[in-house]
Amino acid sequence: MTPDTTLDTVIDAVSAVFMVVGAAMSLGAAIGLLRFPDLMSRMHAATKPQVLGLFLLLAAVGLQLRTWWIWPVLLLAWIFQLLTVPVSAHMVGRAGYRTKHLHRELLSTDELEAVVQKAAAKDAADPASKDDDGSA
Amino acid sequence: MSRRRVSLRQELPLLVWLVFVWGALWQNFSPGNLLFGAVLAILVARMFYLPPVELSGRFSILQAIPFALQFVGKVAAASFQVFYLAVARGPKVTNAVVAVPLRSHSDLMVTATGHVISLIPGSLVVEVDRSTSTLYVHALNVRNADDVVKFRRSVRDAEAGLIRVMGTEEELAALKQEVGA
Repeated sequence: MTPDTTLDTVIDAVSAVFMVVGAAMSLGAAIGLLRFPDLMSRMHAATKPQVLGLFLLLAAVGLQLRTWWIWPVLLLAWIFQLLTVPVSAHMVGRAGYRTKHLHRELLSTDELEAVVQKAAAKDAADPASKDDDGSA
Repeated sequence: MSRRRVSLRQELPLLVWLVFVWGALWQNFSPGNLLFGAVLAILVARMFYLPPVELSGRFSILQAIPFALQFVGKVAAASFQVFYLAVARGPKVTNAVVAVPLRSHSDLMVTATGHVISLIPGSLVVEVDRSTSTLYVHALNVRNADDVVKFRRSVRDAEAGLIRVMGTEEELAALKQEVGA
């Protein structure tokens, strides 16, 4: 084997591993969606393992294409994924918590509940101040 | 328009980022293309004016590289953990909503910490209290008080790493004192 084909074999093997593990991560997300009990735990499965899955698949694409100018594009795709995933997860999680789409019996601790109840009690006592606190 | 002009130094990271995006999308990093991208970046930054992000003015590459590697490692480890939980535990998983008071009060730092811990599977920011800079985090597989303490420490460790990378001098000094004490 010449050194060149050895290198090719190594790159092929690495990208094959990346692709299989990346696809498995997306499968893990799907299994999580089906098996986890409530919205919040499903959000963990739905949003996060695929960040790693996408990273591995993009890396495999970059390795296979063998042109340097593809890397900035792939990096860009991943960075935008990194920037947007937490925001969407937070928005869904926050809406889910507020609309009570969660199973309280599955929470071992809930340190937010007391804060929310205190704020609600304050609003009930003084309805005029309710709008001031719109962002909290 | 009476709004204060942003200094070029403050705007520079944004401009560099925009030029990089331009080059990456055209897949062409030739000087001419980059120059045209820079002209467009300046035009966009001037015409679509947004409040500047308050950077601390400190950025340590030496700290950033290990932090980034550690971050990717944590994402990988936690992804496998969530995979395992999904398959093995499924409906019986126990979670918690944990309040984590952060050290820093700067918006950028709270946002960055929230992003980092949200990207690590198994934690999800539910609510942010900006006035006290407290994050309320939903954590997967937290079964008892010990786990809560451990989880809170891991979030504060993530923040400590970010302070080392790009916190202000005061935050860094406070962190050093805390570690030393």
